[in-house]
Amino acid sequence: MAFLTDRKRATGLGSAKSGTEHHWHMSISSYALVILTPLFLLTFGPQLGNSHEEVVAHFSRAWPAVITGLMIVVGMWHFRQGFQSIIDDYMRGLTRKLSIIALVCVSYGLMAAGIFALVKLAL
Amino acid sequence: MADVNQGNRPLSPHLQVYRPQWTWVPSIINRITGAGLIVGAFLVVWWLIAAASGPEYFSSIDWLITSFIGDVVMFLSVWALWWHMLGGIRHLIWDAGYGLDVETSEKMAKGIVGLSVVLTILTAIIV
Repeated sequence: MAFLTDRKRATGLGSAKSGTEHHWHMSISSYALVILTPLFLLTFGPQLGNSHEEVVAHFSRAWPAVITGLMIVVGMWHFRQGFQSIIDDYMRGLTRKLSIIALVCVSYGLMAAGIFALVKLAL
Repeated sequence: MADVNQGNRPLSPHLQVYRPQWTWVPSIINRITGAGLIVGAFLVVWWLIAAASGPEYFSSIDWLITSFIGDVVMFLSVWALWWHMLGGIRHLIWDAGYGLDVETSEKMAKGIVGLSVVLTILTAIIV
């Protein structure tokens, strides 16, 4: 311990325990979502309240299915990364770790469920 | 210094210790809307699953999502989505190194408040 520099001892003790990749990944998905969000609202929104046949027909088309799929995948990825910042900021130790595990389960679970539904609708 | 207080370090300061200011309040709302959008995401995925499972299950979920309470939740989700997108753009501008002075930050914050409401109402009308 005595041979470690102060700088070395502090490494990894920040709230996120690691470097800047997390932030960079958030930026990438943010740029993607700035484009996807308006497209998603315009294609998905009008389907709420439509009949079952209309909805199935809508999501059988390529563009609506691809936009909705991308929105779900990139959105849940962004949520998984973004909510981890909240956990990193306000929790620590075992609580933090268990919360991140739960977050990953919820994010990827919703992503998988959404893609399954889309594939079933589209094919 | 390095040997003092190892391990037991403070967490991020919480909201109540600061006076509300135009620079940070929209930033924390960004965090809250981001977390809250999981509700909208959950409803959208549930609705898609229902659509994929067949007409009967679909009609019950579609009824729920287009009921009064469903409409309120979806309307708030749309607002949260626009706010979070605009707030996110503000953060991307900051990350690129622009608009970091107080005056520009506050202008952008007020822009977010106005634009998010306008875009939400526009979305509700068009969509």
